[in-house]
Amino acid sequence: MEEVDVEPTTTLIPGVGLKQKHLGFEWGPGDILVYETNFRPAGAGSGCPSVHVVRKDEDIYSPILRKLFNESHHIFVGLQNITEDVPSKNKKPQFVSISKNYRSVIRACMEELQHVAVSTQDVTLVCQYSNQVSILLATELIWNLCEVLFIDAAPAGCLLLHLLDWVRLHKADVDEKAKEVLQSDSPTNHLAYWDVVISFILQGRVDEARHVLTKQASMQAASRTLYQLMDTLLHKMPVFNPSGTQTLTEFDMKWRHWHEECDRCLQDKSFASNPHLETICKILLGDEDAMLEHKELLGTWYHFLVSRLLFSHPTVKPAELHYYAKSSMDMFLDSRSVPEPLDSILLAAFEFDLHQVIKDCSIALNNWWFVAHLTDLLDHCKLLQSHNLHFGSNLREFLVLEYASGLVSHHSLWQLAVDYFDHCPEFGRVYLELQLERVPLETERKALKVLRICEQRHMTEQVRSICKIMAKRALSNNRLGSALSWSIRAKDAGFATLISERFLQDYCTRGSFSDLDLIDNLGPAMLLSDRLTFLGKYREFHRLYGENKFTEAGKLLLSLMTAKIAPRSFWMTLLTDALPLLEQKEVIFSADQTHELMFCLEELTSDNTEPKPEPPALGEDVETAKLELLRLALARNLAMAIVKEGTVEA
Amino acid sequence: MDCINAKYVSQKISKTRWRPVSASSLQQPELLATGSWDNEDNKVSIWSVGENGGSNMEDEFEGDPQLLCECEHSGDVLDLQFLDQDRLVTASSSGAVTIYNLKSESQTLSVLHTWEGAHHYQCARAPCTAVVCSSPELVSVGEDGRVVLYKADQSRIVRTIENADSSTIHAVTFLRTAEVLTVNSIGQLKLWDLRQGNEPAQILTLTGDRVPLHCVDKHPNQQHIVATGGQDGMLCIWDVRQGSVPFSLMEAHSAEMWEVHFHPSNPDHLFTCSEDGSLLHWETSSGSDTPSFLQGRNSSMMSRSATAPAGGNQSLISAWLSGDSSKGRLETTHMLPSQTLSVNSLDVLGQCLVCGTDGEAVYIHRRVLV
Repeated sequence: MEEVDVEPTTTLIPGVGLKQKHLGFEWGPGDILVYETNFRPAGAGSGCPSVHVVRKDEDIYSPILRKLFNESHHIFVGLQNITEDVPSKNKKPQFVSISKNYRSVIRACMEELQHVAVSTQDVTLVCQYSNQVSILLATELIWNLCEVLFIDAAPAGCLLLHLLDWVRLHKADVDEKAKEVLQSDSPTNHLAYWDVVISFILQGRVDEARHVLTKQASMQAASRTLYQLMDTLLHKMPVFNPSGTQTLTEFDMKWRHWHEECDRCLQDKSFASNPHLETICKILLGDEDAMLEHKELLGTWYHFLVSRLLFSHPTVKPAELHYYAKSSMDMFLDSRSVPEPLDSILLAAFEFDLHQVIKDCSIALNNWWFVAHLTDLLDHCKLLQSHNLHFGSNLREFLVLEYASGLVSHHSLWQLAVDYFDHCPEFGRVYLELQLERVPLETERKALKVLRICEQRHMTEQVRSICKIMAKRALSNNRLGSALSWSIRAKDAGFATLISERFLQDYCTRGSFSDLDLIDNLGPAMLLSDRLTFLGKYREFHRLYGENKFTEAGKLLLSLMTAKIAPRSFWMTLLTDALPLLEQKEVIFSADQTHELMFCLEELTSDNTEPKPEPPALGEDVETAKLELLRLALARNLAMAIVKEGTVEA
Repeated sequence: MDCINAKYVSQKISKTRWRPVSASSLQQPELLATGSWDNEDNKVSIWSVGENGGSNMEDEFEGDPQLLCECEHSGDVLDLQFLDQDRLVTASSSGAVTIYNLKSESQTLSVLHTWEGAHHYQCARAPCTAVVCSSPELVSVGEDGRVVLYKADQSRIVRTIENADSSTIHAVTFLRTAEVLTVNSIGQLKLWDLRQGNEPAQILTLTGDRVPLHCVDKHPNQQHIVATGGQDGMLCIWDVRQGSVPFSLMEAHSAEMWEVHFHPSNPDHLFTCSEDGSLLHWETSSGSDTPSFLQGRNSSMMSRSATAPAGGNQSLISAWLSGDSSKGRLETTHMLPSQTLSVNSLDVLGQCLVCGTDGEAVYIHRRVLV
């Protein structure tokens, strides 16, 4: 957006910027960090230790509004999933019902806020709630109008009926007033009596107006005929029936007849004796001045617009609306008063300028919830031409991405954002990948949920990164089993190797294995990394040895070295482990096996010819002693083996 | 399916539990407790679900839970159990185990006692993942691999089994008075005898991949039968006495299974809930003579008539151990009308089922067919 349409809003941050300190700031995903810099124009001063977090959108932290976000998320996901099966011509009723769902969610939230606003004591909270209620009222008003004009897209005839419903829904105080009047002792003498009648008529609720009028008629026997005439006029007023057999032209003709009859009544001065009835007659004829006299009953220019249309052009076509809208607004509002944002939004809607509506709403409201959901629904109805914005994808995707990005910065609602990102075909995935890496993982359960989201979308990089973080954390807390289970999930061979090294180190220092329950039961996970396989097999060797199954133990030990599963550094330990086997009374290693053992030993010692840096004298002695012992044992074993194999069994 | 009430509660629900009703009364449960997670301020809340006074079923507001009272909880509520009618225990992600006192007359919830830092690493806190109680004893397990025993009225920890597991223990349940069963994240079930030693009495594990197990529940009548749910959504039924492999494996869900519950009074019914947003009701028919051609979709009808000669057979061979789900003896129903975000928890008592989701909603079903 190149130009700035409105003045930027100022937010006061208490306690900052005192003593003329300069402020610095840093943008975050949804918040801004504000801090006092050390730069000061004059004089000494100390730094300030605090950093302020400024939230743009308070609404997502309001507990009642949170329900709005959750419920609308549910509807959003449902909407994305219906589009495939049915051809778009037949989807209109579905879209209308989805739009009604959204609106009922807004209404439910509004009612709850009103309920809480009434019962709470805190004045600031009451103020905040009332603000939120009025914003929700306005959004529901706009949404309803968009539903009538764009989604339902009623043709002439039905259009007015829908507009009447729209107005009636948003001017609910008439019913309260009517109830009050009718329940009073003497309704006809009530101050608001005629207001009620005229309000009903202005809203096109003719039957209810007639009902209230009968009270008057029964009171004044003298002017009974007058009231009878009015009653007849009202009764005869034609109302378009969309499901009936009457065509629009027939209705138009009927309506004109009726209109002429009303006109005749007025010209005849039939109602001259009763100014109220005369006003009503003028209203029925569509006299704008008569309607404007009751501005306070109309309340808003759009009510005036609809009443005007009802009594002068009931067969108004959608394309003609904007002309009447503009003129109604001009007539209703004083020329001095500046139109409020709501007014210009509604006007744009009547002009069928969708983009202007969306743009104005985006500016007027402080979060993207409304525009994102509305635009998404309109896009599904194929009402938005897909013109690409010059900074990315199309309008719908842009708005949904903005909304979801705002959600993701919330500590709890980030999970909802995932579904929104999923349904943004161009950039959603990239956004999601970046955001998921930044979700804080305090517990394993949360990490598992994030992992599941990544795995379902085949985000392998993120899976590995998260598993690595959790595994590293487990390792630093000495939870080797957890670390291993995370590496298995990520199929991370490198980390599995690291964990096995830890185990082996533990063994070398302590002489026994820790966490036997893990190593004994590795199962197929053993194959993840060579080192892990070695660990498992080595432990198996110990077990076999413990169970006195020496031959198998020996075979296993040898295979560990010959198959190169064991790391070189460990060979000495393995050979030392072989020592007791070699020293056994019965021959465990065959001649061939002994040869192989010797070969391994030679391989090992030939590598040790390079001078070691500073071998401790004692160590060297022990080393050479060990080697001597080994060589001796191997030689003896070889001898016994050859003899045994050469002996013919008697 | 149409008697499900959804209520949006503005907090992600990690656990829901019905308050236990006294065994003698046949009433339906009226109070339920929920714990939240992932909030800046987490809470334990008590809700009342009014009884449907009479026969008017179209009155939808009767089933709507009303918030009675709530209390702050530090850290995520990772587990919640009722100790008795008036006390409930929570396991926190800060490693603490807390007892709350619920006073029904004044409708307040307050902290009775906290064991801080019951689960910890050397220099950090470890989340306590599950707690189970058999009044007055409590057992908790956590990510630090410890099993900790407490007594409800003693402020000091009774006993700790250090290094019980090298990986995270996800769930625990009592099998008998002094025997507990734990499941961990390398796919093992460990049986502990609390009277002796620090080593598990028995270890059972699945052959094949070591899939982490997240939940466990024991059969109400036959204590050797245990059901577990794993990270891949598999439901396993084990017989603890025999063998170290599960008796039957069923593919239940497409993502982690968070909770599994046998119905407390009618154990032929099992409920599971999962990260994939579904809640399944498993029903097994216990008749052994029903010819196979009469099975299938109508198996539930058959099971009702087949249970008429109840008794002898059932106590020896549980229907769950028959193992072969392809014979049509197992019927599964989705309990939630549409796909939601992860269903984290469920509880069932009598005919009432409650579950809590990550979509910040609590669903209550009051006419479960059991």
